[in-house]
Amino acid sequence: MHETDMTKALILTVKEWWEAQPEPIAISQVHLVVGQFTCVEPVSLQFTFEVQTRNTFLEGATLVIRETPLIAFCHTCQTEYSPVIGLQYACPDCRSPLDDIRSGRELKIDRIEYAPVSVSVSNTTC
Amino acid sequence: MHQTFDAALEINLLHANQAGADHNRAHFDTWGISCLNLMSSPGAGKTQLLERTLAVLQSEFSIAVIEGDMTTELDADRLRQYGVPVIAINTGRSCHLDSKMVAGGIHRLAHDYNPTEFDLVLVENVGNLVCPAEFEVGEHAKVALLSITEGEDKPLKYPVMFQQADCLLITKMDLAPHLEVEIDRIVSNVRQMNPHCAIIPVSAKTGEGLEAWYAWVRDRIQQTQQLQRSLAAV
Repeated sequence: MHETDMTKALILTVKEWWEAQPEPIAISQVHLVVGQFTCVEPVSLQFTFEVQTRNTFLEGATLVIRETPLIAFCHTCQTEYSPVIGLQYACPDCRSPLDDIRSGRELKIDRIEYAPVSVSVSNTTC
Repeated sequence: MHQTFDAALEINLLHANQAGADHNRAHFDTWGISCLNLMSSPGAGKTQLLERTLAVLQSEFSIAVIEGDMTTELDADRLRQYGVPVIAINTGRSCHLDSKMVAGGIHRLAHDYNPTEFDLVLVENVGNLVCPAEFEVGEHAKVALLSITEGEDKPLKYPVMFQQADCLLITKMDLAPHLEVEIDRIVSNVRQMNPHCAIIPVSAKTGEGLEAWYAWVRDRIQQTQQLQRSLAAV
């Protein structure tokens, strides 16, 4: 289950950012973009995030995952198409192989929502 | 006050691994070493392919192996018989090698030997068709192995591995007469998502196709050495 490693990497990156902030802050949401053409399962990622953030600076923060579909560009037809993962990767019209992936390989931390810690604790978990 | 703020990060989740891989590759480049990352499911024949490869190519090149295995040194011991340095990395519970583990292997290599004397480092990844494809280790090329007993549909089911491969070895070709397997379908399934990779059917048992594989490896070594000469000239 490599989502464990992915989550570790995620928490480390967020921690680096969190420690670099000039004022103390509480993170409420971490937004991820996960492409459908990656080896990452969002459900597993949610699970490991919940487990690994317990009793850490990210306790109570939610992980919001936006999945991006696999979209390829066919240079022969000059059009985008959506390959069907597991079945059909070549261009449905001209059968040219999947070559130019325009979306679906993303695996990134998009943005973070946070609030200054000076506000009361109940607000930081909104 | 319910004031929340928003910070855009746009950082790759595998940023740290990628940076480590680039660092490893920079070491290989300055030492003039080509690094190949061998990946497949368990039992596709990585270790046996390495045995054959070492037996033939070690008279032409100076080779080292970085061997990833979850718990044992069984594979590493098999390869040590060929008289080349084999650095075993036990990945523990992790199902793939990452760039940090391989960096540890590279440092051991550089500590125990003179790294500039090597031409080729072969990394045998943990047997797994899923995660190794996402974790670059600093290789110059990815080599995927698919044995014909695994079925023609595997490239469709594990597309990232086969889409990322620079070379695909279709292994255990000697078993073809005993199986109802259509090699053409394996090839066309891979070609659907990877028009560029070299596809070489091989049998480590009979030697079929191995000359083509060695030629591919020689070509990669030549490319890296040319790159090193041009780096040195700068």
